[in-house]
Amino acid sequence: MIAKLSHASIYVLDQESAYDFYINKLGFVEKMKIPIGDDAFWLTVCPRDQKEIEITLMPINRGGMFKAEVAQQLSELVKNGTFGFGVFECTDIFATYQELKDKGVVFTKEPTQEFYGVEAMFKDDSGNWFSLTQFKKEN
Amino acid sequence: MYKRVVEAKLYMDSHYHEKIDLNNISNQANFSKYHFLRLFKHAFGKSPHQYLIETRLLAAKKLLRENNSVKDTCYKVGFESVPSFITLFKKRENITPNEYLKKNKQVEKEKEERPLSFIPNCFVENFGWDKGGGNK
Repeated sequence: MIAKLSHASIYVLDQESAYDFYINKLGFVEKMKIPIGDDAFWLTVCPRDQKEIEITLMPINRGGMFKAEVAQQLSELVKNGTFGFGVFECTDIFATYQELKDKGVVFTKEPTQEFYGVEAMFKDDSGNWFSLTQFKKEN
Repeated sequence: MYKRVVEAKLYMDSHYHEKIDLNNISNQANFSKYHFLRLFKHAFGKSPHQYLIETRLLAAKKLLRENNSVKDTCYKVGFESVPSFITLFKKRENITPNEYLKKNKQVEKEKEERPLSFIPNCFVENFGWDKGGGNK
């Protein structure tokens, strides 16, 4: 039986810029920063109140992970907003939306009533998109 | 309304190391203290006091990881008394600041000696980081 998720990866175009986005804009906390060569790091972060998960910010163009051609293709896909990472939950979406917007986060969907709660969508600095949702209490 | 509550939070984010009077924050946000407490808790799921304490403890852990002493850390993040800082830290983290400092020194030493042992091996092997990058 699989008990829970411990690590998940997001492919980013620039680790330094991604670090700034996830730490200073989203307010996440750094969990691990280990050099892996080629100016790249095993860099993991987590939401402030969910310390048991590690979100790895994987550098597409560093760390020798992909051949140059693959890295180029993947970069284009990320940049063009092809990949959605997941859903982040918040206590009050209007306050969180306001805060993130004030910090310069780009939203592609304003808070909207859905059958499961209120949802907005935003992009990270690379182009990955996320749902930000305040779920209905019964969910 | 949201803007003022968010501004109060952001003020705490950037001034947590100073003496912060939550009464002043509610006044600056143009709310009564009670109304401010209620709105803040609704917006962020915790009271302003809890939020401030957590922010200070997060900053304290970062400073301890950077090898600051317990006493320096205490004052740098805005706590006014070392004993109460130690008590609060232990209560929240289940470890004293001094133990945290020592434990972290050991971890940092291990990270220097065996950095890849801190990364799930599936990633290390798959991307060839143990061989200086795999170029898969």
